[in-house]
Formats: sequence, C-alpha cells, structure tokens
Amino acid sequence: MSISRRKFLGWVGAAGLSTTIGKSAAAATNKHFTGYPKSFAILHDTTLCVGCRSCEAACNKVNELPQPDKPFTDLSVLETKRRTTTKAFTVVNKYDNSKGPQSPVFYKKQCNHCLEPACASACFVRAFTKTKTGAVTYDSTVCVGCRYCMIACPFEIPTYEYDQALTPRIRKCTMCYPRVIEGLLPGCVEACPMEALSFGKREDMIKIARERFRKYPDRYVDHIYGEHEMGGTNWLYVSGTPFKELGMREDLGITPAPQLTAGALSSVPMIVGLWPVLLAGIYAVSKRKEKIAQTEQEQALTSALDKKRPAESETEEES
Amino acid sequence: MAQVTTAERKSIFSLFNLIAFIVLGVGVYLTYLRFSGGLASVTNLSDYNPWGIWISFDLLCGVALAAGGYVTSSAVYLFGMKKYHSAVRPAILTGFLGYALVFLAINYDVGRPWRLPYPLVVQQGTTSVLFEVGLCVATYLTVLFIEFSPAAMEWLGLKKARSLVVKLTILLTIFGVVLSTMHQSSLGALFLIAPSKLHPLWYSPYIPIYFFVTSIIAGLSMVIFESTLSHRFFAYKMDETHLQEANGVTLGFGKAASYVLAGYFAIKVLGISTENHWHYLTTGYGIWYLVELLGFVALPSLLYAFGVRTKSLGLIKFTSVLAVLGVILNRFNVSLVAFNWHLPSSERYFPHWMEIGISVFIVMIGLVLYRFIVTRMPILYEHPDYKDAH
Repeated sequence: MSISRRKFLGWVGAAGLSTTIGKSAAAATNKHFTGYPKSFAILHDTTLCVGCRSCEAACNKVNELPQPDKPFTDLSVLETKRRTTTKAFTVVNKYDNSKGPQSPVFYKKQCNHCLEPACASACFVRAFTKTKTGAVTYDSTVCVGCRYCMIACPFEIPTYEYDQALTPRIRKCTMCYPRVIEGLLPGCVEACPMEALSFGKREDMIKIARERFRKYPDRYVDHIYGEHEMGGTNWLYVSGTPFKELGMREDLGITPAPQLTAGALSSVPMIVGLWPVLLAGIYAVSKRKEKIAQTEQEQALTSALDKKRPAESETEEES
Repeated sequence: MAQVTTAERKSIFSLFNLIAFIVLGVGVYLTYLRFSGGLASVTNLSDYNPWGIWISFDLLCGVALAAGGYVTSSAVYLFGMKKYHSAVRPAILTGFLGYALVFLAINYDVGRPWRLPYPLVVQQGTTSVLFEVGLCVATYLTVLFIEFSPAAMEWLGLKKARSLVVKLTILLTIFGVVLSTMHQSSLGALFLIAPSKLHPLWYSPYIPIYFFVTSIIAGLSMVIFESTLSHRFFAYKMDETHLQEANGVTLGFGKAASYVLAGYFAIKVLGISTENHWHYLTTGYGIWYLVELLGFVALPSLLYAFGVRTKSLGLIKFTSVLAVLGVILNRFNVSLVAFNWHLPSSERYFPHWMEIGISVFIVMIGLVLYRFIVTRMPILYEHPDYKDAH
C-alpha cells in the first residue's frame, strides 16, 4: 500500500484535531480558570451582619420551601450551630468574637458556587451546571441520587431528601439563578437590611473588598475568603476575626476540585492502550515456553529412544 | 474433613435453609421499607454522611473481594500456571456473583435506581471518577457473565454456544484484567476529590494504586478462603483433579499473596514517607493506622510466608481470613472511620441495624445462589462430556 504525502498529512491533521476536539477533563494543564468573565458574585461582609435572619426568610420564600418550626423572627435558633438542610438553603450561625466578647459575629452559610465546582466534576450524569452568571445549578430530572456530590463538596453544602422514597433530590442554593437571569437580585441580598451582602460582578466585588481593607485596616483580616479557596468561588467573604473562628476551613488549599481527580482519570486511556499489549505479550511468552518445553521433551524422548534402539539391536546380535 | 456423610450434609443444609429463610424474609421486609419510606426509614445516613455501609461494605468490599475472578483467570490463562486450572471456575463464579450482588446493593443505595443507565445513555459525566467506576463495573459484570456461561451451557447441554464462548477465553481474560485494573483503582480514586475530609494517613495520591494492589491480595486470599469453605460443604461435588490440585492452589496463592502483601507494605511506607506524615502516627488515628498496617498487612504477609515454607495448609487458610479482614478493614477505614474525621462525634455515622440487615440479606442471596449453582453445574468438577476443554 502506498501512502501519498497528501494522505499522510491528512492523517496527521486528523490525529492532531482529535486531540483538540472533545471535552478535556482539564487534566494536567497549566491553564488557570478564573471563572466566566463578568460572572456575578456575592460579597458577604460578616462585620456588617447582625444575625437578623432576614436572608433566611427571603431564601425560604423565593425557593418556596416549607415553613420552619420556629419563625424566622425567633433568634433563639442562633444559639445552636446549624447547617444547610433540604428545607433551608442558607443558615446564619452565631460565633464568639475573639476581639470583642460582647459583640458576637454572624456568618451566613450557603453554597459558595465554586468557579470549578467539586459537585459538577464529581457528578457522573452532569446534573450540575456552572452557568455563566456564576451560579451552580442542579437538574433533578437526570439525577440518579448517588450522593457523590455530597462526598465531593469541600464546604458540605448539598443536602439530600432522604425521606423521599421515589423522588429524592439534591437541594442547595441556586444563587437565585432564575431571578438573576430576569435581572432581579438574589432573595437574600435583596432582603439584607444591613448591606452585609453585596451583589455584582466578581471582579468588582473583589475590588470593593480590597477597598474596605484599605479604608478600615483595623476592622478586617486581610483576606478575601473565596477569592482562591478551592480555585475560587462566586461567593466571597470578608471578616474581622480569623475565618477559622467562623467555622470556615482554612486548610482547603487553592486547587480546584476537578484537578484532584484529573491525574487518576488521565491514566485510564493508558491502561486501555497498554495493558492488552502487555498481557498478550505475557500470554505469548508463556505459550512459547510451553511449546519449547514440549519440543525439548519430544527431542529428549526421541534421542532416548535412538540411544536405546542400537543397544537393543546389539543385544539381539549377541544372541 | 471432606468425608461428610449424606445424613450430616442434610442436617447442615437444613440448618442453613432455616437461617437463609429467616434472613431472606427479613430482607424482603426491609426492602419494602426502603422503597416505600426512602433511605431515611432504614439508614442513619445524613447530609454530612451521604455514604454508609452499603458503599463501604457492599460496593467497596464487594468489588475487592470479588477480585478472585480476574486474579485466577489471568494466572492460569495468561501467565500459563495451568496447575491452578481447577480454581478458575469457582473463582469466576464467585466473582460473577460478587459483582451481581454489588449491582443489586447499588439499587438500594441510589435514590432512583431505574436511572442507573442515565450516565451511559442520557448524559455522560466523563469528569467523574464514578462514571468510570460505573462503566467498568457494568462492562466487567457482562464479561464475568460470559466467562461464567460455559458452566451453565454445559449444564444445559448447549454445546455449540459453549464452544463459541470458550474460544473467547483469552480475549475475555485480557478484557477482565484491563477493566479490573481500572475500576478497582478507581474505587480508591473516588476519594481523591475529598482531601479535606479523609484523614491524611489514608488520603494519598497513590490511593488508586493501593486499592488495585489490595484487590489482588483480596482476590488471592478469597480463593483460598472460599476453597476452604467449599471443601467443607461441597467436597462430594469435587472431582479427582480438583481435590488433587487444591493443596497446590492454597500453597501457590498463599505464596503470591505473601509477596503482594510485602510489596503493598512497602508502597504504604513509601507513601507515608513521600508525604512526610510520620508525625500523625503518634495520634489516635495513627495507632489505628498502625493496627491496620502491622496487624493486617505485615502480619499476614509473614504468616503466609511461614505457612508456605512449612507447608502448613492450616496456617495459610487462617491467614487468608486475616488478609481478607485486612482488606475489609482498609475499605471501612477509608470510607467511614477516617472519612469525616474532622467532624464532632455527634455528626459522625454509625450504621442502623436495618442497613446491616440489607447487607446480610444480599450476602445471603449470594450464598443461596452459589449453592444452587455448584450443586448443579460443573464448577468443582469437569463435566464428563467436556474433559480438558475448559
């Protein structure tokens, strides 16, 4: 078979192209994804939060969640530490203030909407989508209910309807995606009476945070939580006390979650390609060994017979 | 030991039947509860602890302990160790049943089991390790079914179909090893995404390799362990070849397991060294880690070696139980004990008895199926019409 130069170049081109098309798992690249340009973010300034739970009430309303046992005006619930549940996509917790014991600190917890979400990377049916607005949305019509997203999420946010027999869903904050695309503010941001929550372009929110650090250096810890944590998030926090004291983890690192599994996944094609060759080789070697052993045995047998035969004939002659 | 009289056999089996009847009855009831009231009605799972023993035991241990199939078939068909030939069919059968039960268990665990094909046919989440696990386990279950099918075909007298499948042996074996390498390791890789939740002693970039290597240990040890059991209860089904080769299988597999355990011990120590996690060893978790590493890796490696050296079959058989328990302990440590170690004890998980009930129910289904098959199909003996053919 002759291969024309043209054909050869065509093949090379096709091979090259096939490596660029298709979705890459972002394996071992040196590209740093800094989020969709112009995606939105919410800045939570914990120094302004008074723990009034207005955001919780608004969240409950816009997401049409069931009414809680105690009304949102009851602030006694702040005495216990709460987490997100299927009935509350956001919760405000109260923490002691190491700087001023008389004035506790409040921190609002909800989905942080990672730039490269662990949940979306972990989902084997792509039920999560990182939208261009910055929101991480969830599609219950494809979800199998394996709960790997909950294992993967470093912030322990997704919750699951364990009490649903046939239609359990993952529940979490949507960053009010349906409202935002209509030009409305997220429910919690709109409801906050203290302007502890600001909504805008992520770059702008980072600038605002830095501006506050510059203006009031004594008031803040010089760190924007969420700027780089787990590769960055679309929910940003500034605080007057170390974030650790607000129950936020400072040991998460800045590696986006998809990168944690990319290496292992990238070895898959190599196993598929090389293992059969290796195994077939081992099979061939053992087969050949067997064959050689067999021929040697046969040879040994014939030579033994050859030796024996003349001896036999000699004895015959003697007799 | 092998010479159990018919009367004794009957009494053992009637006791077994009674227990099986009770376990299956309770299991059916728990199944009803699970699918009428949701996971909350039978499990202690929570938003902090989304995976319980159905993942730790039924999936992670189940897949590891079913590794005997690929380990034995590759030893015999690819590496040319023909003297272990009689061990292939029982190993393939237990592998096939193991994976089938893993699949059954997954149906209890996921929220909407009828959507399990969705990742393949609706939307592919190719960035997910779980996608690879699902794809490989589904494919490998099919491969094991085909590998097992000749025994059923001999039983049913389907000669033509059987000879067709037997021709595929080498191909299927290679397929089996490739798929097993991928999903055994990927079960470990599932946890790579959660470095902030798994204790550093168990979290390692090498965890996929650890899981793969331990699957070999589990596979080898399970073959020894299962053969011990089947000699006790089904010796009357075994033919001359099987009985003659059995001691050789125990010695050979024990030797191999000793070596693999030693290698695994080495890579575990290297893992601690490269991450420089020595200082954790003095903590409570560190002591627990040492229990696993010394008591269930180093010790069985030495005991296997000693047993092989002194040709002590009893010791090897005992060690196989120890090694299997070691792999189970490892899977539980990774997925439960050392997972969520940062949470206060009030937020930690302990299984509900009904979760354990479902797991026991599923194991019991396996035992019943195993008995049904080995008492009917040519697993522990060669079918007289197909001598030297499988």
